[in-house]
Amino acid sequence: MDLSQIKQETLVVASTYKPEPRFLLAVLQDIQRKYKYLPKQSLEVVSEYLDVPLTKVYGVVTFYKAFSLTPKGENIIKVCDGTACHIKGSMNLITEIKAVLGIDPGQTTADGKFSLEIVNCIGSCALAPVMMINESYYGKLTPAKLRAVLESYREGGMVDAK
Amino acid sequence: MQSSKRLTILVCCGPGCIANNSMQVYEAFKKHIAGSYLNVEVAMTVECECDKESSPAIKATGCHGLCEHGPLVTILPHDITYIKVKVEDVSEIIEKTVLKGEVVERLLYTDKIQKKKLVKRDEWTFYRKQKKVALRHVGLIDPGKIDEYLERDGYKALEKALKDMTRSEVIEEVKKSGLRGRGGGGFPTGLKWSFAAQAEGTCKYVICNGDEGDPGAFMDRAVLEGDGHAVLEGMVICGYAIGVDHGFLYIRDEYGLAVENMKRAIVAARERGFLGEHILGTGFSFDVEIVRGGGAFVCGEEMSLIRSIEGNTGEPVPKPPYPADKGLWGKPTVINNVETWTNVPVIINKGADYFRSIGTENSPGTKVFALVGKVNNTGLVEVPMGTTLREIIFEIGGGIPKGRKFKAVQTGGPSGGCIPEAKLDLPVDFDSLTAEGSMMGSGGMIVVDDRTCMVEFARYYLKFLSEESCGKCVPCRQGIKTMLEILTDICEGRGQEGDIDLLVEIGQMVQEASLCALGKSAPNPVLSNIANFRVEFEEHIKNKRCPAGVCKDLTAFYIDSKICVGCAVCAKRCPVGAISGDKKQLHVIDQGKCTKCGICMDNCQFHAVRVK
Repeated sequence: MDLSQIKQETLVVASTYKPEPRFLLAVLQDIQRKYKYLPKQSLEVVSEYLDVPLTKVYGVVTFYKAFSLTPKGENIIKVCDGTACHIKGSMNLITEIKAVLGIDPGQTTADGKFSLEIVNCIGSCALAPVMMINESYYGKLTPAKLRAVLESYREGGMVDAK
Repeated sequence: MQSSKRLTILVCCGPGCIANNSMQVYEAFKKHIAGSYLNVEVAMTVECECDKESSPAIKATGCHGLCEHGPLVTILPHDITYIKVKVEDVSEIIEKTVLKGEVVERLLYTDKIQKKKLVKRDEWTFYRKQKKVALRHVGLIDPGKIDEYLERDGYKALEKALKDMTRSEVIEEVKKSGLRGRGGGGFPTGLKWSFAAQAEGTCKYVICNGDEGDPGAFMDRAVLEGDGHAVLEGMVICGYAIGVDHGFLYIRDEYGLAVENMKRAIVAARERGFLGEHILGTGFSFDVEIVRGGGAFVCGEEMSLIRSIEGNTGEPVPKPPYPADKGLWGKPTVINNVETWTNVPVIINKGADYFRSIGTENSPGTKVFALVGKVNNTGLVEVPMGTTLREIIFEIGGGIPKGRKFKAVQTGGPSGGCIPEAKLDLPVDFDSLTAEGSMMGSGGMIVVDDRTCMVEFARYYLKFLSEESCGKCVPCRQGIKTMLEILTDICEGRGQEGDIDLLVEIGQMVQEASLCALGKSAPNPVLSNIANFRVEFEEHIKNKRCPAGVCKDLTAFYIDSKICVGCAVCAKRCPVGAISGDKKQLHVIDQGKCTKCGICMDNCQFHAVRVK
């Protein structure tokens, strides 16, 4: 995507809010939703539009967990490590994902297919240990079940299970 | 249950059930119903985000509570509830129950305590001891339809407050009710309001704290998704009482459905004159704006949340001054948690005395808990304050699964602590939990069994807190980090004599010297675990052994030859093929291949897999 397009699109998103510093979080959230991360050019546009110094924009972006400065893979795997999942073995899932995909939390596979994230609770404790791939939930996972799910995404068959 | 005669199907679409495909079940009901000529309303417990453009005939309701057995489907007026309903079950339910009023036996809930199948959900042990106040409408009404809220006395409290009560009478009533903040601190709500009312200046704010960040907790989410008008009504009443015209609703951005439903509730309330200019034809005006949180645990702390609404990083500031004096943009601000707000209309409608008749002397009312972990009935429960932990875990929660042994219950999330078996008869209220070194917190209740390592459990919370500490004050930032390092060393076999005392010393310093509640309460999981499970810490340090079989460097599993029956379940479940043995013969674990995941131990129904 070319830079001017990102800048233009960012301005469209930002313009849905009044140019007041208090809307910084809201604008960034909307941009993050659009690109799955925050391109550098977007931050510059936001800084100018809301009249907030770029350093402060950067400070806010790195403070809140919702934001990412690096692009994400095609499929985002979110392994829940909320308390209920943790005591039911969520870390075994992380080990298994590393064995299958070769990535640690926070990383993206070289082919850009998968990103792995650990999240702190997705509110589906009855399904612990649970993970999400994009918008689909996979509950009561065992390493074997997990392997099968990952394989199906690799083949592209279940990219949108819902 | 609802008394309406109209045939209604309630499909629970709370977060747990949606993850269990309840949306597909709901769609299947819609499809099958559309195919017939039935006068049935399909009510979905919470409307899906992707379903925004659906026809208005669809009813939507919130979390039914018993997530473990979801998706739950209730059919009214028959009052029949089915569990674990799948798409394939839908046609049978319509054919037998909806058309003929017959019960589909195989989908009924089997109550393990009463040892029988039960048709009516109110008879389940899970629900019998509960008392719904904050969750009074959740799961029964369509949160997208304001009329359903109005049918159940919705906005009556607001009308009563505006038309029959003075501002100070409202504050007095809330004070008299003894309502305490449900977000964790337990500060008397009425008192908070009176401070803000007395504070100088005409520009003041009301905030709803919906930044539920505790891992393993989803109480506020259920209320926001399932009964948003109750939250709004509480806020407007407060706005009137303290003379404010603007409120903010701070909700985690991850709670997409909660944000959507609250947006709709605000629009509907404005249309009906419960929000906006000249509310109910009076001179009082009040409006609410939604702010989405950015996923920072510290923003649950009131000053951090306020900074976040202002568009800043969510860092706390020293208190006093408290928000009631200097809050949002330096103006007096009342900030209460979601569950606190939903209690307000009940207090105004039914009176402080009614509210005080529930719960205990110093903690009146009820509390909602997310009961999760190693418990049979994972779900959302609401009980009168003073209910014992034993009642919650072993009656409502149905006890511990797989015949394992209860070890502890953790309350208060990362700020709380663990309570051991000896104290299970503790009546739950704000003061009793604090006295035990834990806290009420916002309502997370995590049950753990003998397969949970208390050292690693403490390490888990410290890791969470080290990531969530905003880094502003040194005791919290550095203290938590150092404690985490020590705990990690202990878990990985590098524990040394004196580590326990060092943890206690640093913990006490962090409690004393941190700037905000995050740091002040951060050592609780460690200190309470040391106080109650010191032997387990010592076992890690001195004998380099993890009795629960969790810390991989300190664990070796073996199969007890006296117990193993050779059923081969462990061998089948082992992800690395480390277990071998002939059928009906003793099985053996190859220590070289074993990755210590513990799946064999969790799946052996004979408890033959042991930790060396």
